[in-house]
Amino acid sequence: MKLTPEQQAMLDGAQGETMAKVVKTLVMYGDAFGAERMVPITSKCGHTVISFGLKAIQPVYDLYDQLIAAGLTSGQKFTADPRPIDPAVPSSLLEDIVFKKIMYTHQEKYEQQLKKLGITKDEDYTCTCYLDQVGNKPEKGDVLSWAESSAVVYANSVLGARCNRNSGIIELMGSVAGFVPEFGLLTDEGRKATWVIEVKCKEKPEAQLLGSAIGMKVMEEVPYVKGLDQWLGTELNEEACSYLKDFGAATASNGAVGLYHIEGLTPEAKEQGEALIKEGAQVYVIDDKELERVKASYPIVWKNPDAAPALCFVGCPHLSLTQMEDWCGKITEKLKERGLQRITVPTVFTASPAVIREAEQGTIAARLRSLGVIISYICPLMYMNNPLCKKKPVITCSNKLRTYTSARFYTESEILDIITGKEATT
Amino acid sequence: MKQFKGRVIVPGTCRAEALVSRGGFNTLASFQMALMFGDKQVKCGDQNNPDIYKKPMLGKALCLPMTIGSTTGGMVLYTACAIGKQPACMLFSKPIDSLAASGAILGDVWTDASMPVVDSLGDEFLDYVQTGMTVTIGEDGTVTVE
Repeated sequence: MKLTPEQQAMLDGAQGETMAKVVKTLVMYGDAFGAERMVPITSKCGHTVISFGLKAIQPVYDLYDQLIAAGLTSGQKFTADPRPIDPAVPSSLLEDIVFKKIMYTHQEKYEQQLKKLGITKDEDYTCTCYLDQVGNKPEKGDVLSWAESSAVVYANSVLGARCNRNSGIIELMGSVAGFVPEFGLLTDEGRKATWVIEVKCKEKPEAQLLGSAIGMKVMEEVPYVKGLDQWLGTELNEEACSYLKDFGAATASNGAVGLYHIEGLTPEAKEQGEALIKEGAQVYVIDDKELERVKASYPIVWKNPDAAPALCFVGCPHLSLTQMEDWCGKITEKLKERGLQRITVPTVFTASPAVIREAEQGTIAARLRSLGVIISYICPLMYMNNPLCKKKPVITCSNKLRTYTSARFYTESEILDIITGKEATT
Repeated sequence: MKQFKGRVIVPGTCRAEALVSRGGFNTLASFQMALMFGDKQVKCGDQNNPDIYKKPMLGKALCLPMTIGSTTGGMVLYTACAIGKQPACMLFSKPIDSLAASGAILGDVWTDASMPVVDSLGDEFLDYVQTGMTVTIGEDGTVTVE
């Protein structure tokens, strides 16, 4: 890799030993992918995936202490993933003990570290930092040093920014140094599609199921998706963006997709069309039968597969305001049909603090609560990362949550049925 | 016995028993429970990976195509290295992915752990190696499977 004289001096220790190690890390990272140079970060803000003060990752906090002690804070402000604890979410006494006394004992201390390192605001803990209410929305072509698989794939695909699937810690090191190695999704060549996905479903496919099927098939490669325009249209409106948010999160967590193109909709697909598809790209046809096959392949890891759901999570990644409104309408209608006033399964809707604030300012939050829905800024994945939850029959329409935890996946329409009184199918 | 030649990402030598994941290795899902609750054998917690689910990963030669999943993956791998709970080595049939590379490099630069990493060993490597076989890595990225 060819470094500028300034970058070389940093590597040689001109800004201290710790900065030299930061740059060495970035150089090795770039070398692994044949990067020839570093490029400056151009986005206004960064985003870190590490939002939790988890005792088990003490070495991460020790490393961050080294950075802070050396005076190395992020050159740009950044947002962070959701917090792991929220008193609004139901938990047993035992769960409270596990969360507060065993798992997330370092939360307060870690949040203090993030303040020193440069978090934007105390409320900016969300995986959907790119939503208007939060405001960390990069411009097309911006170079980012972000981590959080769902945010990276959204920034690349929907916003047209450029970011590799960086890991936690590496993303902060990029922000500290002010540059990142140029490879992969930062290059024109790396953004070309090696898969063509032909969607031939009879109805609009569920975003989280379609994304899962594609992620599992293409893994880390770039898919070019045809056939979605009949449902999503050709404009990136609120509804389309919400769909793509969930779709992308599933591609990234069920596989390792960092960028997708949607024909006629996402910025680069609109500009370049099929010129984005590499010669020899493979083809994957998805119809209703294929989606059924994929859904049936998910393992059910509940202790008792016939158990009645004890808790439901909706909003991984965090919900947009449009989605909260949409759910509110559907639940209201379904409960009315069934002659019920309130939902029958404890259900948590998760969204960013900024979106929740807007929902509070309008009528949505109050209406959802009146239906029995709990609203929270928590990360459901962090909530479920403990052995106690393995025994708990949790349901979700998030394919990301299903992948990382014992939560059982149902489609959104199935979830709607279950939480409004219909018995879950086993 | 068969030899394969790959590219060295993190240098080093080692000899260990193979643990083979035929599909993508989800780092967070595989390590999270073991690290969080101090499982001494570091058993794989990824229920979607039938090849290695519930099998101990500590000290094994982890053979895999690539890693997948959450971008906490590199941090998780770094943490495993920092507390001495890492595999003996990681052997990738494909070119390494960004999350695995991050974790391996962070472990190399910021900890004293030894976890040699070799990538680009080819599909034939993953077809040949079986869990329980013995794997030896040379300094030049030569991997011997027996």
